[in-house]
Amino acid sequence: MMLLQLGKGMIVSIEIFMLTLLFSLPLGMLVAFGRMSRNCVLRGITKIYISIMRGTPLMLQLLVVYFGPYYVFKIRISNSYRFIAVIIAFAINYAAYFAEIYRSGIESMPIGQYEAAKVLGYGKVQTFFKIILPQVIKRILPAVTNEIITLVKDTSLAFAIAQAEMFTMAKQIAAAQTTILPLMVAGVFYYILNLAVAAVMERLEKACSYYR
Amino acid sequence: MKLLEMRHVKKEFEGLQVLKDISLSVEEGEVISIIGPSGSGKSTLLRCATMLEEMDSGELLYMGEYAAKMKDGKCVYASKAELRKLQHCFGLVFQNFNLFPHYSVLKNITDALISVDKIPKKEAEERAEKLLEQLGLAEKRDAYPYQLSGGQQQRVSIARALAKQPKILFFDEPTSALDPELTVEVLKVIKALAKEHMTMIIVTHEMQFAREVSDRVIFMEEGLIQEQGTPEKLFGTGNERVREFIGHLTGK
Repeated sequence: MMLLQLGKGMIVSIEIFMLTLLFSLPLGMLVAFGRMSRNCVLRGITKIYISIMRGTPLMLQLLVVYFGPYYVFKIRISNSYRFIAVIIAFAINYAAYFAEIYRSGIESMPIGQYEAAKVLGYGKVQTFFKIILPQVIKRILPAVTNEIITLVKDTSLAFAIAQAEMFTMAKQIAAAQTTILPLMVAGVFYYILNLAVAAVMERLEKACSYYR
Repeated sequence: MKLLEMRHVKKEFEGLQVLKDISLSVEEGEVISIIGPSGSGKSTLLRCATMLEEMDSGELLYMGEYAAKMKDGKCVYASKAELRKLQHCFGLVFQNFNLFPHYSVLKNITDALISVDKIPKKEAEERAEKLLEQLGLAEKRDAYPYQLSGGQQQRVSIARALAKQPKILFFDEPTSALDPELTVEVLKVIKALAKEHMTMIIVTHEMQFAREVSDRVIFMEEGLIQEQGTPEKLFGTGNERVREFIGHLTGK
């Protein structure tokens, strides 16, 4: 019974995890471009955005995204918005972190790669996607792995707005049955999830190790 | 025919005049070496010629067509499409090779042909294999740059530049990152190209090589061409400064 409930919660946790990655990985790339843009307004805005996302608690950001529409616009919050709010808050928070990882990777590329590509006639877009990005991905994989592992554990923050994910479930069962066991089991589940994440990322790193 | 013409090129970096007034024209089949102390502007000149650096003032022509011209006292570059066309005229070999580490030797050479010049893959590969054969790298076609010695990497980068069949090939200190033994194998390749009358401009510190391979040697210092002429003329010059510089490097 307990395992069944926790299992249901885990599926929600995995959904949060997957959807957050799906949105934040590409969004982070856009933010990174904004951060490196020659346009100083765009650069300034993204800088402030990243600064706020990294400088305030994710739990607070969750509350703002969830309750914001009500307090600011007096919009009634529907029940289905809860999950959407979780995804929005996680995606924009993680995009900020990924953006900085992308930026560090892109800026670490030797200028000679751009110059060689230019002399060979590659356009800007081709240079980025064919020459720069593949090498950047290899360089940033370890940092991205770190973020993804943190994300698995951070999904438990959705507890703050009572989203029924694994941690929320565990807490409820623990309170109802006055036992700490469900929380321990949840901990084991998070750990197993992260083992899987680490295994996948290790395979990716291996796939990129055919060159130096 | 004049393949390249540079007229009154000036370039400064943060107030420092690196090129003060350089004019240079290159005939088809000519091999030119540019020598001079570091900081004299040799590399900057090459970078202006290959459009990696924009000139502050001056004109640049390939095959008689303007890449940049002076208009109302300002240096104006041609349209992007125009420049891309002119870019086909030349290739550049870098000091530190700048091969693409994630591509195999073969792909380093063929990728630009296929994805930029839209040459069929089969034809591009045939062209690359022929060049690798010529440069003694046939068995390295599937290797990755990190698996090669510096000399082999530089030869691959020469093959990569040649594959685009440029009219003129620039070398920016092609052996400065190599030890003496590997330097020899790269210089041999360049000498072979000179024999086939490939038009080349080579920035180098290898005096003996410059003397052997060049039709014309240019001595640059402080952003100006101080002296130029046939190797015999330049290496036998009465110009004190040039003698001093060459003497330093050849140990005479």
